[in-house]
Amino acid sequence: MTIASRTAISLERRAVVRRILDGREDGTIVVAGLGSPCWDLASAGDHPLNFYLNGGMGSAAAIGLGLALAQSAHRVVVVTGDGELLMALGMLATIGVAAPKNLAIVVLDNERYLETGGQPTHTGRGVDLAAVALACGIVEARTIYSQAELDAEVPRIRSANGPVVSVVKITAERPPLVLPPLEATYTKHRIRKRLTGKP
Amino acid sequence: MGTNGASDWREQIYEVFQSNGVRHVAHVPDGGHARLIERCEADPAMTTVSLTSEEEGVGMLVGSWLGGVRGALLIQSSGVGNCINALGVVKHGKFPLLAIVSMRGQWGEGMPWQIPMGQAVRPVLEAMGVIVYDVERAADVRETVEAAASLAFDSSVAVAVLLGQRLIGTKKFAVA
Repeated sequence: MTIASRTAISLERRAVVRRILDGREDGTIVVAGLGSPCWDLASAGDHPLNFYLNGGMGSAAAIGLGLALAQSAHRVVVVTGDGELLMALGMLATIGVAAPKNLAIVVLDNERYLETGGQPTHTGRGVDLAAVALACGIVEARTIYSQAELDAEVPRIRSANGPVVSVVKITAERPPLVLPPLEATYTKHRIRKRLTGKP
Repeated sequence: MGTNGASDWREQIYEVFQSNGVRHVAHVPDGGHARLIERCEADPAMTTVSLTSEEEGVGMLVGSWLGGVRGALLIQSSGVGNCINALGVVKHGKFPLLAIVSMRGQWGEGMPWQIPMGQAVRPVLEAMGVIVYDVERAADVRETVEAAASLAFDSSVAVAVLLGQRLIGTKKFAVA
């Protein structure tokens, strides 16, 4: 992308997550990667089909894959950060090969490790996650720079034949902390109960 | 089943997967697991996922369980080291995990590079709260994997079954 479009970045993480999940279908499962995406998802509203991964950095996309394969009738949306996905770049290859149609991965890309002090990630230094995804066989992969592009991407995130990888360039702001439930035993039982009727 | 009526131990692991409702099999391709992987791939009721690195399988099977599906992880001992941080998710969330580990770096190993990780498999798994079973004889395979599956899925804990080199056979490198 051009320098001009990069300097025009104005999308804010909370507004992006709200836009993607606004009017969310009740059966949509959302997995948030650790750090800010968890706070963003909590801020958009808790839901029985939310899973907040507050540890295991690099596992968000993998958990999304397992869910997508297990629940093919449900949309699975992974919302994670650029640093989190960079730690698991191989997952893009695994997902490209496994090719679950119901999986979308949204990368909130601020080109920073926001939680540890805003140190730069590789995505601000020429590493193009959408290009990596395309090269891994994920056909629906784009980088989103503007509100208009986001508006066009949301239907793809929510219902296009996937896997979908949407890299959304966002500002490096740090909105107020909104804590989700922190016990995975709780969110685990809540999701399983909703999906299977079993604890 | 073998032609003599006694089934091969790899076939027995597959049968235990079947009888315990294992439907997702995540693996890093490995000689020790080759026949088991082929057996699972041939089963239309099972979804096998080939991984680029073992920790992907730990995360994936967490997702499988969230989605109501039982899974198993087939990896080599060197891959255990790749799983450690992801196992923190399993321990924190009390997720079940059934891992079948083909061992290197132990009984009669002729490749010195395999020794460090092979020897560290049990202590690092135990440090992450994984219950570890060793299998050295073909006659013990079925009941050990059966016990591990029951522990994992009924008691929601992480269990690793280590298939020893004494069982699998030791790869020879040195030229006499």
